[in-house]
Amino acid sequence: METIVFSLLNGVIYGLLLFMLSSGLTLIFSMMGVLNFAHASFYMLGAYFAYSIMGVTNFWIALIFAPVLVGLVGAAVEKWGLRKVHANGHVAELLFTFGLAYLIDEVVKILWGRNAVDYRVPEVLDFPLFELFGAQYPAYRVFILLVSVAMLAALWFILNRTRAGLIIQAALTHPHMVGHLGHNVPRIFMTVFGVGCALAGLAGVIGGNYLVTDPAMAVQMGPIVFVVVVVGGLGSLTGAFLAAMLLGLMQTFAVGIDASFADMFGWLGLSATSEVGSITIASLAPMIPFLMLVLILMIRPRGLMGDREL
Amino acid sequence: MKLVKSAALAAAMGFAAMGASAETVKIAFIDPLSGPFGPTGDAGFKQFKHAAAEVNAAGGMNGMELEIVPFDNKVSPKESLVQLQKAIDRGIRFIAQGNGSSVASAIIDAVNKHNKRNPGDEILFLNYAAVDPAFTNDKCSFWHFRFDSHVDMKMSAATDWIADRDEIEKVYVIGQDYSFGKAVADAAVGQLAEKRPDIDIVGNELHPLGRVKDFTPYIQKIISSDADAVITGNWGADMVLLVKAAIDSGLEAPILTYYGGSLGAATAMGEAAVGQVRQISEFVENYPTTDAQIARIEDFEETYPENDYYFHRVYNAVHFLDRAAEKAGSNDPVGIAFALEGMTHDGPYGKVTMRAEDHQVLQDLFVSTFSADVERDVEDTGLGWTASDADRIEASATAPPTTCEMDRPSR
Repeated sequence: METIVFSLLNGVIYGLLLFMLSSGLTLIFSMMGVLNFAHASFYMLGAYFAYSIMGVTNFWIALIFAPVLVGLVGAAVEKWGLRKVHANGHVAELLFTFGLAYLIDEVVKILWGRNAVDYRVPEVLDFPLFELFGAQYPAYRVFILLVSVAMLAALWFILNRTRAGLIIQAALTHPHMVGHLGHNVPRIFMTVFGVGCALAGLAGVIGGNYLVTDPAMAVQMGPIVFVVVVVGGLGSLTGAFLAAMLLGLMQTFAVGIDASFADMFGWLGLSATSEVGSITIASLAPMIPFLMLVLILMIRPRGLMGDREL
Repeated sequence: MKLVKSAALAAAMGFAAMGASAETVKIAFIDPLSGPFGPTGDAGFKQFKHAAAEVNAAGGMNGMELEIVPFDNKVSPKESLVQLQKAIDRGIRFIAQGNGSSVASAIIDAVNKHNKRNPGDEILFLNYAAVDPAFTNDKCSFWHFRFDSHVDMKMSAATDWIADRDEIEKVYVIGQDYSFGKAVADAAVGQLAEKRPDIDIVGNELHPLGRVKDFTPYIQKIISSDADAVITGNWGADMVLLVKAAIDSGLEAPILTYYGGSLGAATAMGEAAVGQVRQISEFVENYPTTDAQIARIEDFEETYPENDYYFHRVYNAVHFLDRAAEKAGSNDPVGIAFALEGMTHDGPYGKVTMRAEDHQVLQDLFVSTFSADVERDVEDTGLGWTASDADRIEASATAPPTTCEMDRPSR
């Protein structure tokens, strides 16, 4: 029972964090066709910016300004970098973001050092909110939950209920038509890229102190974010949301389950002492995202909710 | 054309390197210098450089300057072999490595093979932190010297500590899923069964190396198992994240670690871990020691303000090498290897011996405690590691017999 409750809570939080990271990527990917390899680097930048801003002011100011700053960096990258490269096709763009990821990595190492920085949970939120089955539940996790849900609601509202959202949605599928209608498509691209990066930055701000803020965080998060986007389906925020939740829940549940292959397939005659039988479900947890990626590409190449083939 | 040019350049550089090696003795430092374990490897590299500088200040190794050359292996055994080959191609005869027993295992095999095929051109492996017991037992090699106490030795310190505490009835073991983590788990289960058969091992979990970002699910499993003590061999990011999750979830059981002093762990633990997290090591920053050692610590921390003095064993390794070279009268690895056997040193933390039968170092160990009342803190947290004489375990008590049957070359 306690395993289920805790796994559910942790899984949802991890899933929401993943969604926050991948929502920007899926928007950028589907609108511009750019597979932004540097996306997780913007997540890292968010965490580091927040750490620095928090050093001189406080967490709340960092929570607002760090994502904005990351968004501005993202917009600048689009305007002066990606747009120039765009003329040379998708491969050039891909290589550009690939290089950018390394560049941001190195810059972060130079500016903030190679080690983890002491980016802490703000003191106001650093207390156990409630106790469940003998384990404390940190208030900060619930705060992550609230911020993520608020972001989710805001994103949904903007995309579905505002004029800007309408144009973005149109530009997702028919960029030329939107351009012919007199909208400034490059500016839309820049805005979307900036907002997407800002969302990644926000995930960094609230995830950096929940996990660890170090120069390796982008490399560790990168592949998982791609899995979310591909599994969810190109251009589908709903799909990305579903995929993120699914991933978060499956990963945490797998860790929480105290069973091995022998327990599950014992009826087939698999013994607990054999090589295969002694594999525990928990040890498979980190493999799950990539297993999902492979399976989805085999069974349903357009992803859970996507409407385009990859 | 370009290819020819760069090939010529590479050849020229190769000659330059060979020319330089006439005046310098090089140690190839093969460890992770990027990625999740990069900070750990980098810390080791800095200590090696610092130790080499000491040797050079005292006239070098038989008058030749000692130089540490870094090679990034990304904790991958495969990549390590590539880097090892690079080092050999550059004429380097001494290899230092520590992070990851899987890597050390690959290097030992490769060194054995190389030395067998290239008599007269032998290389020596100085292992400063890979602690799989096999390396100085079944897998022992004449070309391998270990300057850290291995898993079973450290575990005997941890299990002694647990055995003395009657209130501990349930123990949870968690570690990284590779040879080292498995060795820790086996040692814990085996030794506890011997010393305290009444203790219940309520959990024995292995998690993937360097890939878990949030340990909370694992911690919640530990909490719901009602464990009275936790044993972990985790290092690097895995150590930091594990304690961070433990502190956040309010785990109250003492955590016995091999590498609680991993870079970044103190920062992640903070005040909440004071008195709870313990570390088994050959070095404790706040244990009373000689003035010379304090001067060395201060000099290191002044030279590398980002790091804290941590790998004391690196100095043992480098100074043993220097003294062995002096004793052998040359910088030839074979002579040095023979000279290293049985060498002793009265160090600032007790006597250090390189056991001749298996090339395993014997040294006093400490079960130190994370404390708020310290003279020298780590990572500018105001917190640090401390130990008293009661926490000291004599080298003889940690020295298990070895199964090593070593093949020695003829002199």
